[in-house]
Amino acid sequence: MTMIEVNKLVKRFGLKTVLRGIDFRVERGEFVALLGPNGAGKTTFLRILASLSRPSMGEVRIAGYRLPSQASAVRRRLGVVSHQPLLYGDLSAEENLRFYGRMYALDNLDRRIDEVLEMVGLAARRRDLVRTFSRGMQQRLAIGRAVLHDPDVLLLDEPHTGLDQDACAMLDHVLRDVASRGRTVVMTSHDLARAEDLASRFDILSRGLIVASAPRHALREGNLLDFYRRALEN
Amino acid sequence: MDDLPIEKSGPSPFARFLRAIAAVVWKDLAAEFRSRELLSAMLVFSLLVILIFNFALELNVKERRDVTSGVLWATFAFAGTLGLNRSMAVEKDRGCLDGLLLAPVDRAAIYFGKALSNLAFMLIVEAVVLPVYSVLYNVNLFRPGLLMVILLGSVGYIAVGTLLSTMSVQTRTREILLPILLFPVVIPILIAAVKASGGYLNNLGMEEILPWLNLLIAYDVIFTAIAFMVFDYVVEE
Repeated sequence: MTMIEVNKLVKRFGLKTVLRGIDFRVERGEFVALLGPNGAGKTTFLRILASLSRPSMGEVRIAGYRLPSQASAVRRRLGVVSHQPLLYGDLSAEENLRFYGRMYALDNLDRRIDEVLEMVGLAARRRDLVRTFSRGMQQRLAIGRAVLHDPDVLLLDEPHTGLDQDACAMLDHVLRDVASRGRTVVMTSHDLARAEDLASRFDILSRGLIVASAPRHALREGNLLDFYRRALEN
Repeated sequence: MDDLPIEKSGPSPFARFLRAIAAVVWKDLAAEFRSRELLSAMLVFSLLVILIFNFALELNVKERRDVTSGVLWATFAFAGTLGLNRSMAVEKDRGCLDGLLLAPVDRAAIYFGKALSNLAFMLIVEAVVLPVYSVLYNVNLFRPGLLMVILLGSVGYIAVGTLLSTMSVQTRTREILLPILLFPVVIPILIAAVKASGGYLNNLGMEEILPWLNLLIAYDVIFTAIAFMVFDYVVEE
């Protein structure tokens, strides 16, 4: 089943065209790494997929639902992790998850919060205020927040930014766990090694267009850097 | 025929709407009663303002009653602006506004949740300011009619303020922009609130107070309805 379908997507901010007719499809269970230089339009593209920004032109469907007309149905199936943790510093880890669980009208919320805190390794810190957490712990909780409602599609915007090696390893473990459950993942990243390690497909975005796309099996190991450079040169 | 999937049913949309409002209010109150950043700033500011007015205006009993409605509403308006700015800044600074917007609820629920928590903060500040003011100025403010005017005025102020603070928080100059946007729009409600409050304080007849009360109620209804309709567009990128 096609989980993400984007046709001729254009996004303009005033006179500036950031996305210039993107076509993009992701099947269920794929883990797509969206790579590209700064200013390529990765974050804008992800914000449109997340229903946080309206396309200027083109069609976007997530799990069969059309954006922006069926945004509420799309949001129910989406989990989003961005540069910022989207967490409240003056609430505890558990309270943050409880708040988002209520916003998603989840059943069995207590059990689900327990599961998620266990998954991201924060069960022992559940009652601590988020403002006392390290950046790595906040990012792990952000992942927990994003998967709390068990979304079909997970969108990650440079989730490793600002994390140390241990926190990155923990985050990778969580992402692999999510992907192994058949969830569809789209992740933007500047870290080619990490993307190569995690993703099943690599798409290169440059100047508002997807200029190259390749599945993992089409690349030799360690060859992503060459693929990336060639895509940008062309 | 379009081949769009059909959304599974769960709780009714209205029940989800109310739950989302309750969740936002709970979150704001829980965070504020832990940090006390917003309430303490509003309270200190309000008490300083009435204290300064008390020393700046050397008034007899009659004059004190005459200026009370103006001093009170100036205090509430400025303290309210402080609270509105802070309330939305908390959402924006850590990206939490995006977290709210990603939730599968009608965005009006986010507006009403924020508006209700802002109103709660303003009413708490007013509940502290009124007795202090009564003691300092030797004016009895605990009259049912006056309390009703304060409630109606606060509702209207917060209805507009929550909407405009959502707009101003997206800009770099949000602390400056909010009062510039807000005060021209709330002039009718401030005038109506000052006149109606003055009417009750000076024991005027209902025929003199009623037009101002009607204006307050009409303003509350109209601006709450406008905010309900346009909030989705205000937060849209």
